[in-house]
Amino acid sequence: MDSESYDVLVVGGGLAGIRAAIAVVDANPRLRVGMVSKVYPMRSHTVSAEGGAAAVLRPEDSYETHAFDTIKGSDYLADQDVVEAFVREAPIEIIQMEHWGCPWSRDPDGKISVRPFGGMTTWRTCFAADKSGFHMLHTVFQTSLQFKQIHRHDEAFATKLLIEDSRCVGVVAIDMRSGRFEAITAKAVILATGGLGRVYAFTTNGNICTGDGMALAYRAGVGLKDMEMVQFHPTGLPFTGILITEAVRGEGGYLLNKDGERFLKRYVPNKMELGPRDIISRAMTTEFEEGRGFEGPHGKYMHLDVRHLGEEVIDRKLPFMRELGREFVGIDIVKDPIPVRPVQHYMMGGVDADISGATPMLGLYAAGECSNVGLNGGNRLGSNSLSECLVFGAAAGRAAAEHASAAKAVGANPIEALLADETRRIEASYLDKKGGEERIGTIREELQHDMDAGAGVFRTKEGLEKLTRQLGSLRDRFDKIKVEDSSRTFNTELTAALELDFMIEVSDTIAHSALAREESRGAHSRRDFPERDDAKWLKHTIAFRADSAAPRLEYRDVNITNFKPQARTY
Amino acid sequence: MAEKRITIRATRFDPEKDKAPRLQSYDIPFSDESMVVLDALNHIKAHVDGSLSYRWSCRMGICGSCGMMVNGVPKLTCNAFLRDYWPRSITVEPLNNFPIVRDLVIDMEDFMHKLKSVKPWIIRKQDHPLGAGEHRQTMDQIDEFRQFSECINCMLCYAACPVYGLNNEFLGPAATALARRYNLDSRDQGFAERLPVIANSEGVWECSFVGECSVVCPKGVDPAKAIQQTKLDTTMRFVLPFGTRDE
Repeated sequence: MDSESYDVLVVGGGLAGIRAAIAVVDANPRLRVGMVSKVYPMRSHTVSAEGGAAAVLRPEDSYETHAFDTIKGSDYLADQDVVEAFVREAPIEIIQMEHWGCPWSRDPDGKISVRPFGGMTTWRTCFAADKSGFHMLHTVFQTSLQFKQIHRHDEAFATKLLIEDSRCVGVVAIDMRSGRFEAITAKAVILATGGLGRVYAFTTNGNICTGDGMALAYRAGVGLKDMEMVQFHPTGLPFTGILITEAVRGEGGYLLNKDGERFLKRYVPNKMELGPRDIISRAMTTEFEEGRGFEGPHGKYMHLDVRHLGEEVIDRKLPFMRELGREFVGIDIVKDPIPVRPVQHYMMGGVDADISGATPMLGLYAAGECSNVGLNGGNRLGSNSLSECLVFGAAAGRAAAEHASAAKAVGANPIEALLADETRRIEASYLDKKGGEERIGTIREELQHDMDAGAGVFRTKEGLEKLTRQLGSLRDRFDKIKVEDSSRTFNTELTAALELDFMIEVSDTIAHSALAREESRGAHSRRDFPERDDAKWLKHTIAFRADSAAPRLEYRDVNITNFKPQARTY
Repeated sequence: MAEKRITIRATRFDPEKDKAPRLQSYDIPFSDESMVVLDALNHIKAHVDGSLSYRWSCRMGICGSCGMMVNGVPKLTCNAFLRDYWPRSITVEPLNNFPIVRDLVIDMEDFMHKLKSVKPWIIRKQDHPLGAGEHRQTMDQIDEFRQFSECINCMLCYAACPVYGLNNEFLGPAATALARRYNLDSRDQGFAERLPVIANSEGVWECSFVGECSVVCPKGVDPAKAIQQTKLDTTMRFVLPFGTRDE
């Protein structure tokens, strides 16, 4: 049996995780930091973020405006104290990234440029062309290589949180290369495992976004907050789901229906293409239903047209979009409109965590997309999530460092037993399992299809009830899967099975949380309850794992400070 | 009309059982003109043979995971379209010049060490405190290093590099390009610290300027240029010890 011990362990090597690791070192250079990631950190899904990171950097902008835009964008489900802290920290983090070498695009005077983005009333989105996430991730990863205190476990798959006396003290992980099970212990653990987009068939998310950290926390008894709030981005490429950045509209692109009409005038007349994502995705879906979409081999779509911007602007501001069009669609966006349709993109919901990233479990923290610190509420504004990874990654790192500096060491004794139990569970359920008739790939595809159909842009009671039944049946069938690969070496069928297990678990919290919320707020749009209902539903859903088939749902009031809920029109 | 199909031959190798890699053939439906080699592998894994191992994630050419040899050429399999090969069969193998961990998965630890060895972070002689705000940098200054910052660490350049194939002590294309990326950044003052790594005998001097690295790069990076420029810079540095920007 192998074990390694740290002061702080970060699970996940994307922007939030690496930012957290560096923050631990900054807070206390004597602390040893472990980082477990199922992929090499530069493969993390931060790499696919395109448009930019929001922060108040200009004299004409204000914290209050950024806070208000975020809160209104959230459909008043954001915790306002969290938003107010976030908008103050974001500019500092953007400058920190600049000092670390991020190649932010610049104005002629050499200052960091900003661009307009959806739901933001002024220009405040910093960007590195249209590969902002890629540049931010590589910058922070390469920067992290100088810190001797950070020890990476690349391609190690976390299967379980280690809990001792109700306190989180590490994880069990499989080293993918050797197949060894390891107990990696720490005085504090930060989950930064990203989103869960792969529970949907049509998603911008990479293969690795399977809700691992959410499922790990949920199984350890920690609540998942606002899981009904799933973001659909208006502009994904049909078939692949590849993201076409909102910056295309920020830079002046038009969304056109099959009549060549800028149809958003009927939905968000004052904002048009710069409306928030939830409303534009609903507008597009409505247009499709009313027969005003284009019909293609991969379903209905709209045109996103940037031809009027000209080649020079496109090459300067949107070069990756031109590359994606050329390589994946066979079009030149300088000359051709881009086919797009709404696509699952982001999870507002996540591990219940507070303003410092602390979860209700002692020693456990969460940051980035896997967490829900209360920033995004019912709908995240584009370009707030990269900033969120920085601000709350750093906050979680500082809080974990403080906790670890004072906490007692982790005992070896129960850990050995916990590791042995987890090893036996996985060997019995997968590696040494005999028989089974269900294919992992088939169950995963059915799950994704069912989630698209039942928990998409618009929802109904009937659809969600059907989804909960389908998920129950998929859970039963998952118990009968066959695992063909018995090798210990880089067994990606084993990790696919473990991921599918997590995916069914988190999907269940989405379906039940959505079924219970009988109103429409942010990205959660119920056809049978089309209005927002502040009297009943101005509160967070918190889903706990229960012995019964369905999660147990609790509710918590939203923290309102300075911004009274009002009608959300754009 | 009969269903269109395509044959994929993929390398199989499990070090626990196999002495040497072998090719296994799969005949799969070519059901959509938009399918790429990665889609074919995913079809095999989901529906035919769950034990086939390979890396992938973003399927949009930016995470750098899915590089493999496709009919002998290093490619990102997420944008290698089946239609460009059909009706021929497609042979998918792990990237050349790397040890194989399993099937199509290579061992890239060597690169991870090389990346770290070139100190790919901003090095300053005087600290520039956060409170002092951003460094000013013009787009022209960014253009100096921009292309080298576009490296996605996909390893195609190493798979194409004949020098690395013969001698894996060679720092290689991507690591040299990334060293160059920082050396050319107006905010950086670390040239002298990186010099010993990139100027040592196994470094850039081994490159015979074959240029295959730049040909196969999916992101338009020109590592061959980085290597040649580094040679020149390094020479100038020895000839003109006070002649560089960062003094």
